[in-house]
Amino acid sequence: MTVEIPIEKWAAKVREVTLGATAAQGGTRTRTVTVGGEGTLPFLSHEGSLPHSPALALEVRDRKPDDWSPLLYRAWGEAMDDPGDWAKAAEAAGADLIYLVFSSTMADGRPNTGENARSVVRKVLGATGLPLAVIGPGQAELDNELIVPAAEEAKGERVMLGICEDKNYRTIVASAMANDHLVQSKTPMDVNLSKQLVILIHDMGMPLERIIMDPTTGALGYGIEYGYSVMERLRLAALQGDTMTQQPMLVNPGEEAWKVKESKVGEGVPAVWGDWERRALAWESVTATTLLLSGADVLILRHPETLKRIRSVLDGLRAPA
Amino acid sequence: MPLTGLEIYKLLPQTNCKECGYPTCLAFAMKLAAKQAELKACPYVTDESKSKLEAASAPPIRLIELAGADGSIQVGNETVLFRHEKTFYHRPGLFLRLTDTDGVNEVKRKAAEAEGYRADYVGIALGLDGFAVEAKSGDPAAFKAAVEAVQSVSTKPLILLAGTADLAKAGLEAAAGTRPLIHAADRDNWQAMAEAAKAAKAPLAIRSDSLDELAELTSSLAQAGLEDLVLDPGVDTLYKSLFTLTSLRRLALKKSFRSLGYPIITFPGNDTLLAAEQIAKYAGMIVVDTFDPALLYALLVLRQNIYTDPQKPIQVQPGVYEINTPDKTAPVLVTTNFSITYFAVANEVEGSGWPAWLVVTDAEGMSVLTAWAAGKFDAERIAKAVKTHNIGEKVEHQKLIIPGQVAVLSGELEEELPGWQIMVGPREAVDIGSYLKAMWQR
Ligand code: SF4
Repeated sequence: MTVEIPIEKWAAKVREVTLGATAAQGGTRTRTVTVGGEGTLPFLSHEGSLPHSPALALEVRDRKPDDWSPLLYRAWGEAMDDPGDWAKAAEAAGADLIYLVFSSTMADGRPNTGENARSVVRKVLGATGLPLAVIGPGQAELDNELIVPAAEEAKGERVMLGICEDKNYRTIVASAMANDHLVQSKTPMDVNLSKQLVILIHDMGMPLERIIMDPTTGALGYGIEYGYSVMERLRLAALQGDTMTQQPMLVNPGEEAWKVKESKVGEGVPAVWGDWERRALAWESVTATTLLLSGADVLILRHPETLKRIRSVLDGLRAPA
Repeated sequence: MPLTGLEIYKLLPQTNCKECGYPTCLAFAMKLAAKQAELKACPYVTDESKSKLEAASAPPIRLIELAGADGSIQVGNETVLFRHEKTFYHRPGLFLRLTDTDGVNEVKRKAAEAEGYRADYVGIALGLDGFAVEAKSGDPAAFKAAVEAVQSVSTKPLILLAGTADLAKAGLEAAAGTRPLIHAADRDNWQAMAEAAKAAKAPLAIRSDSLDELAELTSSLAQAGLEDLVLDPGVDTLYKSLFTLTSLRRLALKKSFRSLGYPIITFPGNDTLLAAEQIAKYAGMIVVDTFDPALLYALLVLRQNIYTDPQKPIQVQPGVYEINTPDKTAPVLVTTNFSITYFAVANEVEGSGWPAWLVVTDAEGMSVLTAWAAGKFDAERIAKAVKTHNIGEKVEHQKLIIPGQVAVLSGELEEELPGWQIMVGPREAVDIGSYLKAMWQR
C-alpha cells in the first residue's frame, strides 16, 4: 500500500522583513536578520518554502530592573548593571537580536529621559553588532519622549521601534519613517485588531516591509491558548492571501512567562509544582515552543538557558537534508 | 466523513416504494443525512450499501478507551486540524514509563509516587493518566511481577510495552479485569499479537516508521477483526513528529483514509519540549520517561490550555468573593470573571494571608487587559458591580483597589463612585501580597 502524503498548496506567503543594517547598507551592524517569507504552515518544509528560521531575541534593559525573578538576576549577574555589558552577554548567549527596553524610571526613581535613552542606545550599538529593537516602557507619553531621540540616535541602523498600540502609534511610526527604522505593531489577541493597526500604520506611509506584528500572547497557564489560536488564524489568513495579515509575527514569551507565579517565585507555592528553577525554565521554554508552532517569527526571551533550548528546538524542527 | 443526502441517495434502491415512511428515496436520504431517520427503516437497502453507509458514519479517527481498575481514558475521535475550527476533544493521555528491570520494589515505589500526584490548576485537578510498563527484561515472569507491582498501588489504565506475544500475555494476565493498551505489533509479530489482543479484548498499538506499512498492518488487523488500534509511527525528532502527525491527521480528516484513522502514541522520553509539541500537534497518548513534577506540571497545564474549548471561555460567576473571612476593615479588590484571572488573584490573596473582598465583574470571561480593550471592563461596569453588591455596606473605608493594568480608569471611577478612593494595584497578581503589605493599613 502506498500512502500519499497530503500536501497543501497556498496562494500567498508571509512578507519578508529585515532588521538591522550593515556598513554597506548605511548602518554599523555586523549582520542583519530577515524573518518571514513563509509559504506554508510552521516548519512543514516539505510542502512550501520557509526561507528564514524564526529569530530569537533576548530582552535587555537600560538598567537593572527592579522586579524581575531572582532566577534572572542569578543568570545574568553583573552584566545587568550596564546595558552594554548586558547586550554583549546576550550576544554571547546566542541571541539573533537585542530587544532593548527602557524603564519608566531611572535608577534613582526619577522619570527616564530622552537624553538617557540616547546614551543607552549609543552604548548598546557600540557593544554589540547585532540588530536591535528599541522599546519604550509602555506609557504613551513617556514612550514618545524616549523613542524619538533614541530613533534619531540609531538613524540608519534599521532598528525595530515600539511599541505601537492603537492608542499610541503615530509618533513612533513617524519617527521610524524619518530615521529608516521598523516598527512593532501590538494588539490584544484579536485577528481583526491586528489587521486594523497594520492598516493604520501603513496608511501613514510606512512600507509593509517595515512592520512586524505582535498579536500578543499569554503565558502557559495564563491564556496561551488565546494567543496560540489567534496566531494560527492570522497565519492561515496570510497564506490564503489576506494581505494585511502577512506581516511576520513577534511574541514575547519571556515577559509573559516570567511575570507569573510559576516562574517568578520559589516560595509559598504548592509542593506539586516541583523544583523552582526547572519549572521556571520549563515555563518559558514550553510557552516559547508552543508559540513557534503557531507561527511566531520572532520570540523575545529572558533567560539565556531558554534561548539555548529554543535554539535546539529550532534545529530539531528543521527537516533532515 | 459524513455523506451528503445525494451521496446517500445513490446507495439506496431508488424505487420510491414509500415503505420507509417517506414519499421518495431522496426524501429519506435527506433525513438520513440530517440524522433524523434510521437506515433500518428501509427494508430493501443492500448489504453492500449498508456497510458503506455505516463506514461513512464512523468517526474519522477512532475513539479508543483504556481502562484501569478504576478510571479510564478515551483518546481519538478528533475532528479538526486547528482548535479554533471547533475544539480538540480528547486530551492526550500522559503516561509514565516504568521498566521491569528496575525490580519490583523500585517499580512499585515509582508508581506509588506518581499515582498520588495531583496539582490544582484553576480549580481543576491535574494528574498523570497511567503507566506504561516495559518488559525490558524479556522475561515474562519478571514482566508479570512488574505489572502486578504497579497494579498493587495504582488503579490507573496501563500500557504494556511488550515486544512479543508471550510477554504481552504475561502482562495481560497480571492486568486481568482492566483494559490496557498492548504495544506493539509490527510486521513480524502482528499475527501473534493480534491473537493476544483479541483474547483479552484489549486495544493494540502498531509500530512502524513507514506509513505505508502502518496502513497495511491496520488493514490486515481490521480484516482479522481487530479495530481498536493505536498507531506508533516511531517519531523521535521535533520535525519528524510534526510532519508525520500532521500528515496522519490530514489523511484521516481530509482524505477519509480509514486505515490510518486511529489515535497516535508517542515516546518523547525526557524531552519536555518534544512532548509539548506533541500535545499541541496531534498525539493521542504520550509516554514520558521521568517523573519530575516541575516538568509534568508544565505539560499538564499546556494540555489543559490547548484542549480548552475556544467557543466557551472559562469563566467564574461574577459576584463578591470573601477570602480569609474579611471584615469591615479588609481591602476590596476588583478583577474580571475570566477564570484564569480570577484564580490567579484569589490564590494570591489567599496565600498572602490577607482577608479581602474580591469583586468579580462580568467581563464576559475576558482577562483584565482584553476586557478593557473590548470595553467589557470599564469604570461604568466596575461601579455598577460595587453598587449592586452593596460593597459600601460591607466595609467602612470606601477604598477600592483596581488592577494596575487599568490604572487609566481611576479618574472616571472616582466620578462614577463619589466618595470612594480608587487605589491602583499591581499589574500582576503575583505582586498583590507585597502591594497590600506596603499600601494597606490594617
Ligand atoms: S423504503 Fe427504501 S426503497 Fe422504499 S422509498 Fe424508502 S428508501 Fe426508497
